[in-house]
Amino acid sequence: MIQAIAFYLFAAVVLLSGALTISSRNPVHAVMWLILAFFNAAGLMVLAGAEFVAMLLVIVYVGAVAVLFLFVVMMLDIDVAEMRAGFARYWPLGATLAVALAAELVIAQQAWAVGGIDLARRAGPIAADKPNIVALGELLYTRYLLVFEGAGLVLLVAMIGAIVLTHRERKGSRYQNVPRQNARRPQDATRNVNQPVGVGVEL
Amino acid sequence: MIGLVHYLVVAAILFALGVLGLVANRKNLIVMLMAIELILLAVNLNLVAFSAYLQDMVGQVFAMFVLTVAAGEAAIGLAILVIYFRGRGTIAVDDVNRMKG
Repeated sequence: MIQAIAFYLFAAVVLLSGALTISSRNPVHAVMWLILAFFNAAGLMVLAGAEFVAMLLVIVYVGAVAVLFLFVVMMLDIDVAEMRAGFARYWPLGATLAVALAAELVIAQQAWAVGGIDLARRAGPIAADKPNIVALGELLYTRYLLVFEGAGLVLLVAMIGAIVLTHRERKGSRYQNVPRQNARRPQDATRNVNQPVGVGVEL
Repeated sequence: MIGLVHYLVVAAILFALGVLGLVANRKNLIVMLMAIELILLAVNLNLVAFSAYLQDMVGQVFAMFVLTVAAGEAAIGLAILVIYFRGRGTIAVDDVNRMKG
C-alpha cells in the first residue's frame, strides 16, 4: 500500500515537473523544475530496487548538471520575452510528434506483454543476498570493464572539449613568461653609471 | 500492485514531454538541452524498470553509461551554447544554420 502511494506520488511529481520544465517562462525556474523531476525519478528508481543508480542520479544531476545549467542561464544575458515567441507556433507540431511517440511506446509495450520476444536469457541475474552496489560493482569491473573505461574516456573528452571551446585569451592581460624570465642575466638588466652632479638620470 | 507497466507508462509520458519540449522551444537552446535531459531520464527509467522486472543487473549498468553520456552531452552542449551566444548575442536556434566557421 505504502509502495503504491509512494509510486504515484513520485510519478505525479516527475510528470508535473517535467511539464513545467518545458513550459516555464523563466529558464531559472525551468532548471529548478528539472532538479525536482530528477529527484523524484531517483525516488522511482529506489522503489524499483536500483539504489546506486538513484543516488548517482541525485549526485550527478542535482549536484553537477543542474549547477552547470544554472551557471549558464545566469551568465548569459537572455531576453526572456523574445525566447517565448515561437512556442505558440511550434507546439501543435510538437504535441503531434509527442502523442505519436507515446502511442508507439504503448503499442510496443502491449506487443511485448503478449509474449513476442523471449527475454528469459538473462545476462546478469540479480543475486538475492548481495546489496545492489556490490552486484553492480562486480559486473562493472569484470565483464563491462572495457565499456566502463570507455565511459571514463567519454567524460575526459567532454571535459577537454568544454574547456577548449569556452577558453578565450583576454587581450591586454599580462602573463608570466617563464623562459624569458629565466633567460634574464644581471649583466643585461643592470649597468653602472658614473653620474655627474646636477644632471638628471637618463633611464 | 505496482508493476512494470506503471513504470513504462511514466517513462513514455516523460519521453513524450521531452520531445514536445524539444520541438516547441525552438527559440531557447537551454530549454532544448533540458528537454534532451528529460528524454534521457525517461530512457534510464525504462532501463531500471526492466532491470527490476527481469531480475537482470545489466539494465542498471547501462543506465549508468547513459547517465555518463548525458553528463558529457550537457557539458559540451552548454559550452557550444556559450560560444554561440558570445558570437551572436542570442540563443535562438531558428537561424543556427547560418553559423559558418
